[in-house]
Amino acid sequence: MKGILSGLRQLRQYPTAIIGLIVIVILMIVAIVTPIVLPYNQAVKMWRGGEAVWRYYPRNASPAWTNWFRSTDLAGTVIIDSAKGDVEPVIEPISADTREARFSFEFDFPYDTFPPEIILFSSAAYKDKQPFVELTWITPDGREIRAGEFSSGASTSVRFDQDTRLQRRLERETGIKGISVIKGLFDDPNKEGVQVLQGTYRLDATALLFEPESSLDLAFVSYGKVYGIAGTDHQRRDLTIALLWGTPIAMAFGLLAALLTTFTTMGIAAFGVWIGGWVDAVIQRITEVNSIIPLLPILIMVGTLYSRSVWLMLGLVILLSIFGLGIKNYRAIFLQVKESPYIDAARAYGASDMRIIFRYLIPRILPLVIPAIVILVPSYVFLEASLAVLGLGDPFVPTWGKLINDANTQGALFSGYYYWILQPAALLMIAGLAFAMVGFALDRVFNPRLREL
Amino acid sequence: MSDVNAEISAVDHITNDQALLQIKDLHVWYELKRFGFGHAGYVRAVDNVRFVLEQGEAIACVGESGCGKSSLMKTILGLNIPTKGDVIFDNTSLSQTKGEDLRRYRSKIGYIQQDPFGALPPFMNVQSILEEPMIINGIKDKQERRRRIEKILEEVKLTPIEQVLPKFPHMLSGGQQQRVVIARAMIMEPKLLVADEPVSMLDASVRVEILRLLRKLQEEHHLAVLYITHDLSTVRYFSEYIFVMYAGQIVEFARMEDLLDNPKHPYTLALLEASSDPNADNALVQREIPKGEPPSLVNPPKGCRFHPRCPYMMEGICDVLEPPNIEVTPKHLVACWLYDEEKGHAI
Amino acid sequence: MEQQNELVLKVRNLRLYFNTHSGPVQAVDGVDFDLRKNEATVIIGESGCGKSSLAKAILRLLPRNAGTYDGEVWLHDKNIMKLDDESFRKEIRWKRISMVPQAAMNALNPVLKIGTQVAEPAMVHMNMNEEEATKAAVRMLEHVGVPVDFLHRYSFELSGGMRQRSALAMALVTLPDVVILDEPTSALDVLTQASIMNLMKRMKKELETSFILITHDIATSSELADNVAVMYAGQVVEVSDARRFFTKPLHPYSHALMASVPRLRETIEPEFITGQPPSLLNPPTGCRFKDRCPKRFEKCDEEPPTVLVDGDRKVKCWLYV
Repeated sequence: MKGILSGLRQLRQYPTAIIGLIVIVILMIVAIVTPIVLPYNQAVKMWRGGEAVWRYYPRNASPAWTNWFRSTDLAGTVIIDSAKGDVEPVIEPISADTREARFSFEFDFPYDTFPPEIILFSSAAYKDKQPFVELTWITPDGREIRAGEFSSGASTSVRFDQDTRLQRRLERETGIKGISVIKGLFDDPNKEGVQVLQGTYRLDATALLFEPESSLDLAFVSYGKVYGIAGTDHQRRDLTIALLWGTPIAMAFGLLAALLTTFTTMGIAAFGVWIGGWVDAVIQRITEVNSIIPLLPILIMVGTLYSRSVWLMLGLVILLSIFGLGIKNYRAIFLQVKESPYIDAARAYGASDMRIIFRYLIPRILPLVIPAIVILVPSYVFLEASLAVLGLGDPFVPTWGKLINDANTQGALFSGYYYWILQPAALLMIAGLAFAMVGFALDRVFNPRLREL
Repeated sequence: MSDVNAEISAVDHITNDQALLQIKDLHVWYELKRFGFGHAGYVRAVDNVRFVLEQGEAIACVGESGCGKSSLMKTILGLNIPTKGDVIFDNTSLSQTKGEDLRRYRSKIGYIQQDPFGALPPFMNVQSILEEPMIINGIKDKQERRRRIEKILEEVKLTPIEQVLPKFPHMLSGGQQQRVVIARAMIMEPKLLVADEPVSMLDASVRVEILRLLRKLQEEHHLAVLYITHDLSTVRYFSEYIFVMYAGQIVEFARMEDLLDNPKHPYTLALLEASSDPNADNALVQREIPKGEPPSLVNPPKGCRFHPRCPYMMEGICDVLEPPNIEVTPKHLVACWLYDEEKGHAI
Repeated sequence: MEQQNELVLKVRNLRLYFNTHSGPVQAVDGVDFDLRKNEATVIIGESGCGKSSLAKAILRLLPRNAGTYDGEVWLHDKNIMKLDDESFRKEIRWKRISMVPQAAMNALNPVLKIGTQVAEPAMVHMNMNEEEATKAAVRMLEHVGVPVDFLHRYSFELSGGMRQRSALAMALVTLPDVVILDEPTSALDVLTQASIMNLMKRMKKELETSFILITHDIATSSELADNVAVMYAGQVVEVSDARRFFTKPLHPYSHALMASVPRLRETIEPEFITGQPPSLLNPPTGCRFKDRCPKRFEKCDEEPPTVLVDGDRKVKCWLYV
């Protein structure tokens, strides 16, 4: 154990290993924090939630940071929801039963392009009389535009774009024939053609509530072409969730598979070498047969016919890798270790077979194995992603591989939604690179013959 | 094949039912297999060997590589099974011992190996190395283990103990490593030590120190020691008796001084001729070395196994009949026809 | 030693340091010794004293972490340290100075026949064609006592002694001026060892070759030695002719080393040297043996000079100043 610790201390000499370690630590933190902040069931529910969960989100929006690389900033997404407490209505009683609630949705709009859509979602509680809402649009230069009125049902959405009266009003206001509502609302009147007027906009909604018990919540959404850290997909889902939840899945899959396969393989090899005879022969034959059984087709078969649960796949991968060709490698090493004088000594002072295997044979090759495990992790991470890309991903859990699969089936690259594929791919590569950098450095530390001066 | 050996029972160092270690007509043969099964003969590593070792006595086994001394040693340690004959140690018959009893048998013999670095697991520190035999053999009391470790490290002069215990083998010098090996062999307080070339891998300046330490331990603990070596020059400082092995058999057995000063068997003579003391005259002489190499143990030569190389070979006798053990002087046995009263002519 | 043989190799102030993480290791630190024609100089030292590094330094077989490497190595009247690597490789290595490395018998190529392996140095270094080289190989194998029909065998089919002889033939096939033997007999059995020594004694007389024998085994070293150089902690502490060395060593270390050898034919109790050799990373100032020396006095804290004793014996010790 001490040797291993001092080996880890030597890692400090390798800058690549330090970088790799930092990346791994960050990935680990994400992998641990994500399930705490957003528990598994909730994540699964959200990811499969459909329109109801995601209706405030834009469709196929790029990540917000992509604007840094654009000369004309795409419209950002604005979501102001009174139900979430983003705005508090000012409420004044008018008569015994009637109250007036004034909502003021104020937002910055520093972008160069028009939002594709603006919707006001209204949800009201009432007995007989629906609340009545009047809307006024106030531009940054102080113009007030009447933006229509409506009676709110239990769930009403006001699509500004479809309001023909507003459209005509805006035609008059801007003097441009056939201007769409959204362009009209955001147009800069002092500039030639149709251009965005940047600044702080406000939508005032004055609602009349005719019953004492009735209540009203309004949510203003200006859909953008960019959203959040990771953007959204064709179902308006926030990709951040999949990228975050992909981390613990990838790490767990990679680490568990690498650790379990390596240690069981090593254990079986040690057992076979030490016991020898027919036990060894049987292990050898199983290994040989197993080595010609192709892993991927079996996984595809099970995935198609039985279940695509990521945990089942993990179990299957481990099961099929236990008798992998690793056994042959470890066997070759153990056959050498077995001849060491210290093993003879241990037999001479009466050590049992199991003790020799676990206390004398296996610890001897741990230094060789630790780098191998670390280097093996990414290959299992990639395997999980490959399965998902092939459409064998877990149907419930969002993972990196599944994002790529979704993007692929939706023709993301064809439509220019590069972020959709590149983000999970980059995470896969970074994770793989980090483990490889640490693994190769560990190999140099533990196997000094490779060490350079 | 062994009826000619019947007469040697007169000598109490060949058979003695009271002795701590008795090697009785021991044969250790390894089966050769063809294609993984199918019998293809035997390697007769140890072929009809007998001697006894009393408590408190040291005996040296001298021979070249492939003479069967390692197989003999491993059999005594309980790591090999006798093909024929038996090893009786401390009233336990090895051929009757199995499983748990075999492990207990093994733990009662201390084993000192040739290569001290290889003999110590590189991933354990001195403390774990010394504790292992005790844990395995059921000494559960930590204080007792500690007491034994302190005592034995004191005895092998590995002090200060607190500095030695956390060290790993590669941090120790060759001499210190060998002391740890000796301490480990002694920690179960054995009655018998088997020392396999304990100093041949060490530097000249520490060899003597380790030999003396072994001798001191042997005397203080009244141990029986089997000292295996190819180097006759270290034997003088160590053992009461010597036997010389060639091609799986004992060719000469005598008291130490008797054998070194008055060797009888042509092979022993050759060994002594080949070993040099530091002396500038050595460079001026060509030594008389028997031609050829030790025979294959699968098909050993008929008659005396040394006869193809022996300068005194008597045709019709040495190449036909297996030589008897002849007691040339009291307690000096030699398996050679030259000393036979009728057939031989002594050199 | 009235009439001395011609001087073949003269090593002066040879240094070879290795760079490690913890600093330079002074493996060979200012070594001087001579080698005459048809003679053998034995370098005696314990493990870690730098004797194998000395062999590497003479043949310029430097590992990647070699640091300081200077001094003079005169082969006849040419300082071969002045040669560039390429001409050293072409003109010196194996052609003029060859080597039997440690455990050479286990270092033979298992997929080449013995004959091919022995012929190879002749082809590479002497520009012989295959036929000439094979002839030379056969001649040399006969010389070292390997039966000719072994020519077509592989090394694993040969016994240890025969393999060692083949390795020796490989070193001798180019008829070099100097052969360095690094522990040539340490892994062999007593009888084989003695017959290899017999062979080398014969070679020394019959061929125009001188030997540098590097060993830790004092008894065996006396089998071949004409001159002895004792190394301790990277330095040569004594150089002497063998006759006077084995009867009366000068340096306290040589003395202690001789006293530690168990004797077969005498009944002197051997003595051991207490303590351990110093680390070559930070060797002590002054005499490097002083901490273990029974004859230590104040002067020993200063670097001892190399003094001439009895005419031509050299010893690096304050006792003889």
